[in-house]
Amino acid sequence: MNVSGISAPESGGLVANASPAIARPNGRAMDFCFRHLAGGMAALVGLLLIATLAAIAWDSRLSIHTFGFGFLWSSEWNPVTGQFGALSFLVGTLVSSAIAMLLATPVSFGIAIFISELAPRRLKQPISSAVELLAAIPSIVYGLWGLLVFAPAFAQVEPWINDHLGTLPGIGPLFQGPPMGIGMLTAGIVLAIMVLPFITAIMRDVFIMTPAALKESAYGLGCTTWEVSRRIILPYTRSAVTGGIFLGLGRALGETMAITFVIGNSNTISASLLMPGASIPSVIANEFTEATTPLYLSSLIYLGLVLFGITLLVRLLAAWMLHSMKRGTPLRP
Amino acid sequence: MTSTNASNQELPPAAAPPVPAMRIRVRALDFFYGTTRALSNINLDIPDQRITAFIGPSGCGKSTLLRVFNRMYELYPDQRAQGEVIVDGENILAPGSDVALLRAKIGMVFQKPTPFPMSVFDNVAFGIRLYERLPKAELTDRVENALRRAALWDEVKDKLARSGLSLSGGQQQRLCIARSIAVRPQVILFDEPTSALDPISTAKIEELMRELTADYTIAIVTHNMQQAARVSDRVAFMYLGELIECGDTEKIFTNPDRKQTEDYITGRFG
Repeated sequence: MNVSGISAPESGGLVANASPAIARPNGRAMDFCFRHLAGGMAALVGLLLIATLAAIAWDSRLSIHTFGFGFLWSSEWNPVTGQFGALSFLVGTLVSSAIAMLLATPVSFGIAIFISELAPRRLKQPISSAVELLAAIPSIVYGLWGLLVFAPAFAQVEPWINDHLGTLPGIGPLFQGPPMGIGMLTAGIVLAIMVLPFITAIMRDVFIMTPAALKESAYGLGCTTWEVSRRIILPYTRSAVTGGIFLGLGRALGETMAITFVIGNSNTISASLLMPGASIPSVIANEFTEATTPLYLSSLIYLGLVLFGITLLVRLLAAWMLHSMKRGTPLRP
Repeated sequence: MTSTNASNQELPPAAAPPVPAMRIRVRALDFFYGTTRALSNINLDIPDQRITAFIGPSGCGKSTLLRVFNRMYELYPDQRAQGEVIVDGENILAPGSDVALLRAKIGMVFQKPTPFPMSVFDNVAFGIRLYERLPKAELTDRVENALRRAALWDEVKDKLARSGLSLSGGQQQRLCIARSIAVRPQVILFDEPTSALDPISTAKIEELMRELTADYTIAIVTHNMQQAARVSDRVAFMYLGELIECGDTEKIFTNPDRKQTEDYITGRFG
């Protein structure tokens, strides 16, 4: 007790005398450089975003000048007559993404609840990893799998869909069409698998963040797992869950390769989900090398600008919603 | 169950029987976290319409024991209990015993207030809606009743639609008590209910607990020995996973049978 009481100030004094002036003469200058370098790199991100936006806008100026906002609600896409409109691709993008979200959200919710609430400890990590590995598969592989494996198999199912879902009143027309295997619905299903890991990861993280005491209180009243999930966890994490869904949506909207393989690439708007369609990324990927006139090329870039706008909006919304969760203030009912 | 309770509520506090019935009987209870034994051979009776306080140093197993009574430990896969806990003549640890019914019978209030992310009204109505489909007017009555019983009605009657999270800490804790009462349980378990509260809120909760003994069996885990002395009728002293001594509060605090109990309450350890 006594010994340590004496030695501590001594060693403290030694360190204080020796180090700062002699050992690190350039510390301050180095730190100044490092801080500004890091700041500059961060600024680069913003600069890149603005530069990209400016470049796309500049390259699409011819098309913007020719068609204006009418571009958005014309479905005419005719390189021969020089008439271009985005509507069929816009619809294709939104419909395939909507199908993906409709399918992926409940599945993600189930997986996330299983991981956070139900799985025995030794299963939590393997399942989490398996879902994350889905995100590591390159999208071209999804595209090939979709075209060569899933679409032929799905073509076998489509007659059944025609016969059963296609005859339902109201939604019947959505499910009538030739059993080709490829089309809007196939694209939506492949997209759903691709966005699944993103939505699941966020849902799992925020579900785990829900305070144990809150869940126990609900279980303590006699709630089942479903009731706790539905009435406590989901309301508590609502904004973050919505943010996660929007993050998945942002990815679905911009997906190119897989969609190009399975959507069918036909610039028509059809009531049936079994019919082929096209999305904005798929039409750009398909036609960019064939764009022979300046207006054609400019219109493709204009399409890109439209997609950029939609995706940016969705991402910002997602970021905002996730942020409100991290501050620890779930949206109040 | 509901009918027993309804008749209970009409009894004035003074009508409590001199020798109360035992509401919970614990026999040869062992508890394990994985392979670690946290409770060994607990034998204990918890009387009706009385407050039983569990005291002991941190890690002695008192909270663990409380969480056996409503089988809360089952949420965690590597925790398990052996032995018998008999509530209303039924061993709740036996396979096939209905956990939802048990938890309707035995409510729990936690260390930190845990209002649900919904309105004050919905917080209290939450448990009722799990078990019963009531007409709106009846539901409103039940909610008001529970809030009155929890001594919170006057403070929140004008803000029933506000979020439960907007109340103060002490009010939130009384909201949680109201939420438990609303389901009409027989037993309420309090797990250090005032450790996150200021002295005034603490006093209110303690007073409330005394009033609740008219209708309910109460078990409370507390770190605060003065609190145990103030509110409880019986005290159980636990140490290293064993029940050392259990008896009337006055006896435990003035003339305990065991040396360990005396050392603990006089502050020699723990």
